[in-house]
Amino acid sequence: MRSGYGILTGTRRPWHRGGGGCSNRSVNPEPPEEREAPQPADREATEPAQAPGPAASGTPIGRRVLLGTLGLGALGVVAAPTLQRGLEAFLGGVSGKDPTGLTDLLPNGGGFRYYSVTASVPRRDETNYRLTVGGLVDHPKSYTLAELRALPQTRLVQDVQCVTGWRVRKTPFEGVRLATLLDAAGVRSSAGAVHFTCFDGAYTESLTLEQARRSDVLVALKMQDKPVSHDHGGPVRLYVAPMYFYKSAKWLSGITVTQAVQPGYWEDRGYDVDAWVGRSNGRDDAPTS
Amino acid sequence: MPPRVDAAHPVAAPARVRRFTRAERWVHRTTAALMGVCVATAACLYIPAFAELVGRRELVVRVHEIAGVLLPVPVLVGLVSRAFRADLGHLNRWGPHDRVWLRAALRRDHRRASRPAGKFNAGQKTYAAWIAGATLVMLGTGLLMWFTHLTPLMWRTSATFVHDWLALTIGVVVAGHIGMALGDPEARRGLRTGLVSRAWAEREHPLWRP
Repeated sequence: MRSGYGILTGTRRPWHRGGGGCSNRSVNPEPPEEREAPQPADREATEPAQAPGPAASGTPIGRRVLLGTLGLGALGVVAAPTLQRGLEAFLGGVSGKDPTGLTDLLPNGGGFRYYSVTASVPRRDETNYRLTVGGLVDHPKSYTLAELRALPQTRLVQDVQCVTGWRVRKTPFEGVRLATLLDAAGVRSSAGAVHFTCFDGAYTESLTLEQARRSDVLVALKMQDKPVSHDHGGPVRLYVAPMYFYKSAKWLSGITVTQAVQPGYWEDRGYDVDAWVGRSNGRDDAPTS
Repeated sequence: MPPRVDAAHPVAAPARVRRFTRAERWVHRTTAALMGVCVATAACLYIPAFAELVGRRELVVRVHEIAGVLLPVPVLVGLVSRAFRADLGHLNRWGPHDRVWLRAALRRDHRRASRPAGKFNAGQKTYAAWIAGATLVMLGTGLLMWFTHLTPLMWRTSATFVHDWLALTIGVVVAGHIGMALGDPEARRGLRTGLVSRAWAEREHPLWRP
């Protein structure tokens, strides 16, 4: 709560100062519509009142509070990088020991946030999950969960960085290298990119073929050493370690090899296609991979 | 300035006095509605349980942006009303009694005598000024987050940081504002009908001459 509290207490400062200034000011302390002292008995007798006093009577504390709040807001923007680092360190330490989970709700409180672009996402499990690999390949294929689990598994432990600012440290992901699936399908020479579709019915993503073949790009079956839960995009999600987390499409259901990159859902809405952490989207986060 | 005694004034006064004009009530109503939309959509973007319930992230973001940009509009339109402008003046200007009121509030002193107030008490004045400033900060940081290509993009992270924490603060403060209103039916009636009972006015705002 540091910065929020600072803003709150900051607003009080002007009236302390203003209060001091007030006593130095000469006369006319009351707005014209207000009476001098609590004398309710006189109220009716004085009802018609005297002519209004000068328009600007009383100290303009309200304006000072407003401008002070604006100033603190601007100051907050300037000081944000420093404040944020401190808070992340502090809350990251606290949230590990916080049994209520309330710190996870605070900004920079650590933990993952749930983002979905659709109203609801169907659930898939062993019985009905399929991952198709198609497009410019020699052997299109459809994998069940069991078939994916039977392939060689790779475990990576890296930070996760969201483009909206939150970061989760040292998160284990485990699954099949995307390169393994692409090699099994036999990518044709005309191919240049890979397009991903999801069973939420809306989300899409893309990588160049070169990016897709990196060893830190997984079709993830486990996250934090547990099967990927529905809310985290389970049973199968993409994990693109070196890029902002919107590249790691949840609820992955289709891999299509294409000639050129087709921008994905958020990329159609202004985000970078080559979403390297720290080198895209105008951000300078520390690289994750 | 001691109150002038005016013998010509009749003793019988109406039981209800005018506190707000129609224009002022509509400014409050529309601002409250827009703030409500901002808070509700923010909750759906931010709190995981609501985000899971609602999804549709792009639509929710759009609604939040539009409500946020419109938030200052009722106050700006309200400036055409003389009564509203006069009330802004009352909210802005502080007299010695406001310091008395604030000091009593900080000491949790609830005695009437220690809470002198004009048309607006010092707490209402503080709230009005702070929420106006905070709204403008939210608008500014919100625009930085929205139109990312107009500013150095590093600013977005900083703007997001301020926007998030200030949102949390505003949530708490607005909840307090609503809580106070829930505890005072006559104050709510004032904003609903424009009229309050004379007894309430004399009790809560002894220095106010309606």
